[in-house]
Amino acid sequence: MEREQEFSVSCPIPLQRYPNITLAHGAGGKLMHGLIEELFLPAFSNPALDARHDSAVLSHGAVNFAFTTDSYVVQPIFFPGGDIGSLAVYGTVNDLAMAGARPWCLSAGFILEEGFPMEALWRVVQSMQQAAEHVGVCIVTGDTKVVDKGKGDGIFINTAGIGVIERDVSLSPQRVQPGDVLLLNGDIGRHGIAVMAVREGIDFETEIESDLAPLSGIVGALLEESPEVHCMRDLTRGGLATALNEIAQTAGVGIEVDENRIPVREDVQGACELLGLDPLYVANEGRFITFAAPSDAERALCVLRAHELGAGASIIGSVTDSSSSRVIIRSAIGVPRILDLLSGEQLPRIC
Amino acid sequence: MRFVDEYRDAKAAEQYARAIARITTKPWTIMEVCGGQTHAIVKFGIDQLLPEGITLVHGPGCPVCVTPVELIDKAIEIAARPEVIFCSFGDMLRVPGSHGDLFAAKAAGADVRIVYAPLDALKIARENPDGQVVFFAIGFETTAPANAAAVYQARQQCIGNFSMLVAHVLIPPAMEAILDSPSNRVQGFLAAGHVCTVMGYTEYEPIAETYAIPIVVTGFEPLDLLQGVFMCVKQLEQGRAEVENQYNRAVRREGNRHAQNLIREVFEVVPRKWRGIGEIPRSGLRLTGPYGEFDAEQRFGVANYAAEEPSECISGLVLQGAKKPHECPAFGTRCTPETPMGAPMVSSEGACAAYYRYRHSAIST
Repeated sequence: MEREQEFSVSCPIPLQRYPNITLAHGAGGKLMHGLIEELFLPAFSNPALDARHDSAVLSHGAVNFAFTTDSYVVQPIFFPGGDIGSLAVYGTVNDLAMAGARPWCLSAGFILEEGFPMEALWRVVQSMQQAAEHVGVCIVTGDTKVVDKGKGDGIFINTAGIGVIERDVSLSPQRVQPGDVLLLNGDIGRHGIAVMAVREGIDFETEIESDLAPLSGIVGALLEESPEVHCMRDLTRGGLATALNEIAQTAGVGIEVDENRIPVREDVQGACELLGLDPLYVANEGRFITFAAPSDAERALCVLRAHELGAGASIIGSVTDSSSSRVIIRSAIGVPRILDLLSGEQLPRIC
Repeated sequence: MRFVDEYRDAKAAEQYARAIARITTKPWTIMEVCGGQTHAIVKFGIDQLLPEGITLVHGPGCPVCVTPVELIDKAIEIAARPEVIFCSFGDMLRVPGSHGDLFAAKAAGADVRIVYAPLDALKIARENPDGQVVFFAIGFETTAPANAAAVYQARQQCIGNFSMLVAHVLIPPAMEAILDSPSNRVQGFLAAGHVCTVMGYTEYEPIAETYAIPIVVTGFEPLDLLQGVFMCVKQLEQGRAEVENQYNRAVRREGNRHAQNLIREVFEVVPRKWRGIGEIPRSGLRLTGPYGEFDAEQRFGVANYAAEEPSECISGLVLQGAKKPHECPAFGTRCTPETPMGAPMVSSEGACAAYYRYRHSAIST
């Protein structure tokens, strides 16, 4: 056969959109955003929801509240640096903190699978209690359901939280404006790698611990000192890259960051290189970004660094303009490129 | 991080770029063969550091991209069987077959699991003696030894419920096919460093000689790639056509003999169809001899599948370096990572995915 004929160019059939939910719909990438934008938001639309903040901000008389909810399905339920119980408390507390709220009370809903060990449940509950005490919130209401064996994954927890916005602050993506300086409170990627290492049975020379931590304290300190903070967002599923894109799109601004200024611990970097993952997309549970007015940026950095959860804080970039809603990252060798949302899950590459 | 940061130094990169510009007197088109190299080039913006005359075109070295559509269909068919636990590297799950992908098969009830190594699949087979565990063995020479080892162990340990759906392809025949094409414009190759860690580079020597084309075995970090380009341009400018080794911290001329022996023990070389390109003689691997019983195509009776690849996207031209991803009319509009038309838009090593992810609104200016 002639080579020319062998090189007949062909292409696969276009894939229809998924008729069923896939795991990628929950991974924080474009598929999940599509689900939210096309299915949930139109159905439930209202001003509090449409603000698309980590918490809904509600007013009653002169009092402003933040209200949020999150479900926790992490596997394994015990991982270096935390467990599903402390995660269920701190995760929701952090969403409240991002609205500038002091966490006040939580609900806890447990979905348990038949056969789940009572001892493990007790450990989880104790961990939740200690976490709640640590941040000064009460778990004031709850619910328990048990499903048939094989219909759950041991334990799922949902928590909802209410916080009180005591200061005269208004934090939201819409307040982000060109010129704002972008701060990050420490190294990224540790939670995701810690969980993945246990899940996949990967051993590293040193154990990588999750960065799981309650952010209400450091946020309180920051707001006390730096009134010109415009927005904060915690970096959970989808990592720093996803949070930056969400803010850029909601605020209608461009964001530029410098890869060399984003701290990644060496062992986390090594694990990412090994697994073919990009730390910019790996989950965190104790990290957040702050958009501060340029006049307040240095002061904000000092406050962050003075707190134990911000010792590794740095200025990683700035808000550029309002023309593109794009995140641009200056690569390690200084060339700019787009930092986009992922489609779905970050898939480890093969070689 | 040691052994990484040294190869991402911005100042050294700039010096290399200047050195390349100094020795370049004519325009040259160089192909980086491996998809991992393509991603590093686009991610770090290496092509933007090069002088105008140097064009990098992206090669067929993305195993996910070149796996033919009927093999994806076979994978989905096998995975859908109730007794099967189907194990795959993550990359393959979103690649479209004729009527869906493995993610959708999973959502519809198939037991599809992402593994990081073929031995993980073998472990799953040991732990599930009542099920059939199938591993989707894709890749170039780089992944072949580990996949061979899994089948070798399965036979040694009599793990009868393990099998492999093999989609292995070989790099040198693809490079020759590109050079034979009348529309070829490649004047020099950056050969895939990881493939050469296994195979060495003796098999590239006849190619360099026959086609009078320089081939530089190249690594994956920014400075590796810049040095590879420098060495390739130098050969072109001097009129030489040799095989040189930039990636000498990992690659020896003879490669890894143990790994090669294992591949030869378990696999035989066969013709294979490449997605978007067509059949290339002696370009694939198949389980051979006593290892044939671990062939999932035979075990599940899906050997004679055929699927048509319709001709809307230009992935074939992209995989041969004849076109850049953004020259496709569907790029970024009808073809995106969420609705991929071709595999290069899916894989983390696919050229279209690299362009989409890092520069879909041309920020290079």
